[in-house]
Amino acid sequence: MPKPTNNKVTGSAKGKAGEPPKDKAGFINFTIDGIPVQAREDWTVLETARYYGIHIPTLCFHEALQPAGGCRLCVVEAREGDWAKIVISCLYPPREGLEILTNSDRVLNGRRWIMEMLLADCPASPEIRKLARECGVTTTRFTIENPQEECLRCGLCIRVCEEIVGAQAISFGSRGVTKHVATPYMVPNDACVSCGSCVAVCPTLAAQTRLDKFRGDIALRTGHGYAHY
Amino acid sequence: MERISTQGELEALRHRLQASHDPDQLIVRVCRGPGCLAQGADKVARAFREVIAAKGLEAEVKPLIKETGCHGFCKQGTLVNLAPANLFYVQVKPSDVEEIVETSLMKNEVVERLLYSENGTRYRSAAEVPFYKLQQKLVLRNLGLIGLLSTEDALMAGAYQAAAKALTQMSPNQVIKTVEDSGLRGRGGAGFPTGRKWRSAVKAAQKSPGVVYVICNGDEGDPGAFMDRTIMEGDPHAVLEGMIIGAYAVGSHTGYIYVRTEYPIAITNLSLAIEQARQLGLLGKNILGTGFDFDIQINRGAGAFVCGESTALFSSIEGKPGEPRPKYVRSVERGLWNRPTVLNNVETWANIPLIIQNGSEWYANIGIPNNTGTKIFSLVGKVNNVGLVEVPMGITLGKIVEEIGGGVPGENGFKAVQTGGPSGGLLPAKLKDLSVDFDTLTKAGSMMGSGGMIVMDQRDCVVDVTRYFLHFLEEESCGKCLPCRLGLKAMLEFLNRFSKGQGSLADIDELESLGRAIMDTSLCALGGSAPNPVLTSIKYFRDEYASHIVDKKCPAGVCKDLITYRIDPEICNGCRVCARICPQQCISGEKKKPHTINSSLCIRCGMCFDECPVNAVIVE
Repeated sequence: MPKPTNNKVTGSAKGKAGEPPKDKAGFINFTIDGIPVQAREDWTVLETARYYGIHIPTLCFHEALQPAGGCRLCVVEAREGDWAKIVISCLYPPREGLEILTNSDRVLNGRRWIMEMLLADCPASPEIRKLARECGVTTTRFTIENPQEECLRCGLCIRVCEEIVGAQAISFGSRGVTKHVATPYMVPNDACVSCGSCVAVCPTLAAQTRLDKFRGDIALRTGHGYAHY
Repeated sequence: MERISTQGELEALRHRLQASHDPDQLIVRVCRGPGCLAQGADKVARAFREVIAAKGLEAEVKPLIKETGCHGFCKQGTLVNLAPANLFYVQVKPSDVEEIVETSLMKNEVVERLLYSENGTRYRSAAEVPFYKLQQKLVLRNLGLIGLLSTEDALMAGAYQAAAKALTQMSPNQVIKTVEDSGLRGRGGAGFPTGRKWRSAVKAAQKSPGVVYVICNGDEGDPGAFMDRTIMEGDPHAVLEGMIIGAYAVGSHTGYIYVRTEYPIAITNLSLAIEQARQLGLLGKNILGTGFDFDIQINRGAGAFVCGESTALFSSIEGKPGEPRPKYVRSVERGLWNRPTVLNNVETWANIPLIIQNGSEWYANIGIPNNTGTKIFSLVGKVNNVGLVEVPMGITLGKIVEEIGGGVPGENGFKAVQTGGPSGGLLPAKLKDLSVDFDTLTKAGSMMGSGGMIVMDQRDCVVDVTRYFLHFLEEESCGKCLPCRLGLKAMLEFLNRFSKGQGSLADIDELESLGRAIMDTSLCALGGSAPNPVLTSIKYFRDEYASHIVDKKCPAGVCKDLITYRIDPEICNGCRVCARICPQQCISGEKKKPHTINSSLCIRCGMCFDECPVNAVIVE
């Protein structure tokens, strides 16, 4: 029986943090980086990894929200015999006998490229630079279009506004390379309840920066005034 | 038409229709496929009606004019078939109609100049033409034969016979077993065994009883592909029939057809076909008196390429933005509205009635083992016989391009073919003995895709072509996941540098590494297959990349920053064509004396190169 190390548990586990699985029935045995682990039936690979204190970087994941699988930083390699596939740990359900590698060459290659591209996409964010350094990326060869950009379009602010607050004051505008956070139909609205959840979940400081831009300027406000993206 | 309530009535109606059909009836079939329509097929049909009325032929011989679905030979449009003489006229213009009516309809003679000719041979009927001879038309059998929007024609051709057979003589399990045994694999691209998909949906529905959906994916969006469009336009009843059979097999009562709004004719024809089927009692409650209920509705997509991806398609039908969702739970278990869903491509559905009618063994004998049946390809690009072809699986690439397609026009020679649409792969001419089937194409780094086939010659630059496809995919990326949203742009940055002669040889390896990273980490199949053109073009044409980067030359003469145009004074006869046509007016010279191009003003548009009657313009 592996001993879950509690010190790094972030509370993502749906069971009580630190409480070791009690019996064999209903638990899934697999390995992460060679360490034997046990997962509850509804856990994902990421939840299991966090329970055991195994670090997997994430950007668009938040314990309070449904995983969206957008940032792809949490990729891991799943192996079973000859079969191997890159999967995202925030959504992948483990199964008996699976081998998960969080640092294989394929995983690191994927993560390294994502970080290099993110450095060019939101160069103003210190959090992104820090995360990139962790992956061994310090410079980018790609074009920086907006040196002030902090937002990586992970959608956490939009999801928290919809799933937790229920306000739906913000959404994504446009799509693809021009996708950005905006109010629905790009029109200011008074659906915002000024709860600040979007600022709280933002993995960079993009939501705060935008808020600061509008705060105090009455002319730019309607209703409660947060929904001014 | 009256409602049909038993299989016997359907059979009786078909016999009645066939008996009332006179085999000597003169029929003019005008192709109204996308290619012919663009070349004025509707004007040709109108001209036939007018000329026949003007000549008073309606009273004596009463020729029927039918506008039909695509005949396939798009390059030669407008195509006209005359029955019962079985004459095949190509490139018919409205001005030719009077001659056809006078010669062929009134005197029963042949208008020689309108027959198709190749290598000095004139072909009277379509079946003899090499383009058609090597094909095996099964799914497309009714296109070009039945009149558009004519239920009578469709019923005479045997529509709904298979559905009646399945509903009255087979159990759902037998239907699934037949489809499994036929070896049919999904024609949408991935080639997943259709029977197995249906079986899983039934199992999923047993686990969670309730609504099951069947959906037809008609969101064909690849540049240069029009297979599904022609089926939906020309033989919509085949799609409906396939869906009825599928719905019966998996116990579904609700079907959707997802068609892009850019296909207005397909939407009109499908809507009318659904309406006709409802009137006949073949859709709706208690179909053919069997107690089975099923109805179909059309869902119009807004033309996003990504909505052809299953989960994005579901989101779109649900009224959400067309973005894919991660699917570690398969859509047969949790698809539309999180219910078990069978999603198949238009061509797959159109195959189902054939399999039920003729049996799994018959179908399994077509094609090659594990890749049974036929596949429709839209053969486009630098090929003589542009058109829609249906061939048995396992035919070689060279046979399609060189024999059916008639080879590459001009002297530039066959260089490569892009199979599987923009996210497929670029296969070089040296692989022309490659068997065209799901597994072999995937092994070669490309994919079957839905069946686009773009042929290229030596004047096409692989770097430029790859840039084109990537640009298309970049614009079509939904932006939900980072590797696709940022990665396609990043790959394009590499390629843009190469096309300007910048970068280093190490960058080619870096681009490959980036391509593999995007493939591994993307959320859906759009990002997962988008690096295919990059990876295959590097795999098969690395030299061409190297000549851009090292020699600063574009061997095909396409990349504008690496080429110059000049006029060979030995060949130039001073005709002034180039000087007149040059948009920069940078070509000068006296009449009947060699001309010169001022390179500093030249924008390398290539118009002089294309227009020079003596080929004196040289691109380097």
